[in-house]
Amino acid sequence: MAASSERSPPPFPESEEQELEHDLEEDEEDSEEGADIFTGGTLSDSAMDPPLPVSSSEPPKDIFSEPPADTFKDPLNKTSAEKAASGGLSKAQAAVPVKVAADEELDDLFSDSLGESGAAPVTDAKIAPLLDLGEEPQKSDVIKKGAGKDDASTEVLSAPQNDVIKKDIFEEPPKGAAKDLPTDIKDGNAAGKKPASTDLFGDDDDEDLFKEPLGAMTKKPQGSLFTEAKSEAKAARPEQSNSAAADLFTEEAFTVTPVVAAAKSSVNTSSKTNGLHSDEEDLFAEATVELSLDSPHNDRRKREAAKPSAPAPSLSASASTSKPQPKTLEELEEEEKEDTFDLNISVTNPEKVGDGMNAYMAYKVSTQTSLSMFRSKQFTVRRRFSDFLGLYEKLSEKHAQNGYIVPPPPEKSILGMTKVKVGKEDPSSAEFVERRRAALERYLHRVVSHPSLLQDPDVREFLEKEELPRAVSTQALSGAGFLKMINKATDAVSKMTIKMNESDVWFEEKLQEVESEDQQLRKLHAMVESLVNHRKELSVNTAMFAKSVAMLGSSEDNTALSRALSQLAEVEDRIEQLHQDQASNDFFIFAELLADYIRLLGAVRACFDQRMKAWQRWQDAQNMLQKKRETEAKLLWANKPDKLQQAKDEIVEWEAKVSQYEREFERVSATVRKEVIRFEKEKSRDFKKQIIRYLESLLQSQQQLIKYWEAFLPEAKAIA
Amino acid sequence: MGSNEDSAQSVNGSSIKITDVTQDGDTLTFAITSQKSSSSAGVCVFRTYEDFEWLQQGLFSQEDVPGLQGVIFPPLPSKPLPSTSLSQAKALKQLGFLALGDEWMIYCKALELYLQQVAAHTTLSKSKALYSFLNSSESPGKQCGKKGILNRLSQAMEEMRKEGHKDVDEFFQSERDSSTNLSALFKLSTEKFLDVVLNKQRLALACGHFSTSLHLCVNQDNPTAVAFSKICLKLSDIIEAVKINYEKVSDNDISTLGLGLDLESRYQEAKREMLFRRTCKLVELETANRNSERAKPNKKAIMEGVQKATQKEFDIISSVAKQEIEHYHRDRVSLLRDFLICWCEKQLSTARESSALLSQHLDACKKFAV
Repeated sequence: MAASSERSPPPFPESEEQELEHDLEEDEEDSEEGADIFTGGTLSDSAMDPPLPVSSSEPPKDIFSEPPADTFKDPLNKTSAEKAASGGLSKAQAAVPVKVAADEELDDLFSDSLGESGAAPVTDAKIAPLLDLGEEPQKSDVIKKGAGKDDASTEVLSAPQNDVIKKDIFEEPPKGAAKDLPTDIKDGNAAGKKPASTDLFGDDDDEDLFKEPLGAMTKKPQGSLFTEAKSEAKAARPEQSNSAAADLFTEEAFTVTPVVAAAKSSVNTSSKTNGLHSDEEDLFAEATVELSLDSPHNDRRKREAAKPSAPAPSLSASASTSKPQPKTLEELEEEEKEDTFDLNISVTNPEKVGDGMNAYMAYKVSTQTSLSMFRSKQFTVRRRFSDFLGLYEKLSEKHAQNGYIVPPPPEKSILGMTKVKVGKEDPSSAEFVERRRAALERYLHRVVSHPSLLQDPDVREFLEKEELPRAVSTQALSGAGFLKMINKATDAVSKMTIKMNESDVWFEEKLQEVESEDQQLRKLHAMVESLVNHRKELSVNTAMFAKSVAMLGSSEDNTALSRALSQLAEVEDRIEQLHQDQASNDFFIFAELLADYIRLLGAVRACFDQRMKAWQRWQDAQNMLQKKRETEAKLLWANKPDKLQQAKDEIVEWEAKVSQYEREFERVSATVRKEVIRFEKEKSRDFKKQIIRYLESLLQSQQQLIKYWEAFLPEAKAIA
Repeated sequence: MGSNEDSAQSVNGSSIKITDVTQDGDTLTFAITSQKSSSSAGVCVFRTYEDFEWLQQGLFSQEDVPGLQGVIFPPLPSKPLPSTSLSQAKALKQLGFLALGDEWMIYCKALELYLQQVAAHTTLSKSKALYSFLNSSESPGKQCGKKGILNRLSQAMEEMRKEGHKDVDEFFQSERDSSTNLSALFKLSTEKFLDVVLNKQRLALACGHFSTSLHLCVNQDNPTAVAFSKICLKLSDIIEAVKINYEKVSDNDISTLGLGLDLESRYQEAKREMLFRRTCKLVELETANRNSERAKPNKKAIMEGVQKATQKEFDIISSVAKQEIEHYHRDRVSLLRDFLICWCEKQLSTARESSALLSQHLDACKKFAV
């Protein structure tokens, strides 16, 4: 029946599809052979039209990624342990439409490619999608049949089948699921062995079907076998047809063989799962290589996939483990609020130690706390600047790679420090020392206000320990070097952004935000600096004016006027002091705040960089895994079983690495996300605090001004 | 002089106002209104800077006033340079405070003060030139100009020789010394004050830039960014308030103490000029004395006549000068006092306003939830 439709190109694929479906419902054999035909179709297509695999692998990804997320989540979460079986059923049902949708997508693609590739494969290709579609009903039939034969077994069956489908859908190494599968089958499957095997074969076909595009080149010569295979399949009973089909494939895909064998004897199931597994691995190794090139879908798909596969042993477990995943921003924010603590650190008494060029500044670091992690409530240590840098080095070594934003210390200033070393008492060096003291204090505050960094033993040691080993190699962080380092990191990040097509829109947007914010802050910093300079200038000019008024006052003959002018000179002197204070307020409040945040943004970018590195590691591992698989495939083809085991071991090893790196990447991503949110909150809080401080200083200076003028007014009026 | 007396046409000094100024190319035209003391009817005339120069020249060259050289002429501000954008720096250098302020406001104020002082002067208020300047609908004349400049040049040459001339009168000697000293000091103070004011203006400008840039930091993408944006906007408002405060303060500075210091330093200059004219007369008298002593008997009578006339003239000038100086001292003290009080009050009110505004901002900021 199918054969005839195959030979005569149908005018209306729609109607034929129904026809075929109908046929298939009646007889599974047809579906099997349909699958064969389909694979043939894809074979010829892909042979003629090389870009096909790429394009065909992309659309399913869309389908896979979105619907399963919903369909699976809900049942998973709701199902309790007792309802595992029924939950599994519902899942299986949920899976079917997804599958259909995916296949429909494939249809389109294939017919598209057909149009391009020419007339020859028309018949094949047209039938192929139809048959493909028909496969779904077939599967559900299997389940139904199984249910008719043995209720107990079907329930169990449906679950594993579901798992298998899931695997297909997610194209994910389903380790947990795969291991789980044999036990399920063992448990309730003495009678249901056969339905199970058919069922699995159905899946196998799916896999092959998907696999075709990958192995198109190698399978190409196989095209001629189709009719033979089909007739065989027609004649054979379900199991036989399956094995026939399997045989057919085994010629170039040995992996299928163990599957068949395994399906027949439940003892061998473990090897079967391995086989299954590797098949799929190929599939999605290919898929991921392509998919990973773009889009959030891949990432999301992976994440969704990772969830169901890991907790597969029990559905209730999966329900519970799926919880942490949707841990959203709100939860993170809640966490934020918890980290209030009682820790007060001050950096005081900058003191020059030693003489000449070996001199250095030592600071008193006093801590006041009620936290139990410290030995006492109050303690003081002396630290030199390089100790602060050393602390940063240690912290960034440990935490930066995990995606934490490690607050950067103030830059080393060779010029400023040399002045301090050489000069005795000079206002600019005094200002430098004060500026650095304040910067160090802010730095320590930032470190300890970070909940994770506070727990670090090095931080505690820094605050508590009397003598600290001399920090070395902090020279690298000095001034320009530090900036250069940040710039380098920035360059690297921007380069990598080009390579890494961001898998999460959030990160992409944030990174852009950070970049533009950096620009803005730099601009603001320049503005504030000019403001500060104007204020300083103003205070100088005011001082000069005060001086000239004082001279006027002393030369003035009219005593009342002379007195008033002298008073005015004093007022102007005081105003000069006000301007000077305001200049330093402007500087310490805004310029330093902005400078701090420019540095911090560098650290934020560095943590984005760390995430990117983790991603890179993961991708490299995946590429490596893909290579290993290709090697394995070649070995299979070359029929060298001696080396095959080694290749398989390597694949297992790399699979472990891939999943490890992926987990790492997920972890780093989550940390970065949390850190950036924390950083933003902290930033808002910081700015608000500083603005209030600034306003208070402005207000105070205005009130001083009022006092001065009020005092002067009667003097002016007293001029006779 | 006689005709002025009976007409009782003297203008009420305080009624003279410059109500408007229009700029046509390089020429500024001032609308001047005034009232006569005898009637309430106002007169409005339009005058250019050349007309003011003509008036000043007319005042210098009155013929029938005894001891004119002993008069301290109210100082006329320097010629305005209306092509502002081109020569802002030059205008600032020449005019100082008078170049500041919107639409020549401060310059008009200075001209107004000049006219008021001329009208308030006992001798000068009776001059025909002032009368026609304030009343004639026609522009009084443009013939002078160059003469004044030549005069000044020759004066400058003479000054070099006669500045150090020892005075016969103790009072004038000390006046001359203190005037030279004070004039320099006032000039210096005015310059310094101008620097302060310009600095405040620059600061206001920088605040403006800062406040504008803060607006660019606004980002409405997510809740934290919105919170941060609000903070930025708040800060922008605050900086804007600071900017407005500086603008007000510098305006206060210009319109009160700045103008006062400028006027005072120009008056000091006018006083020095007057004293210099007297010194010139003194030198002339001393020459006449020597001449009459050394003169041969046949010319002795003439020489003595000249000597006596010069002596008489010098005496009149000296007495007028003495009065003028005393008058000037009274005037300038009250003038400076007024400026100082006005300045102080304005600064006080600005500071109060600003601190009220800032405390409002502070309250708003403290309530602001992050």
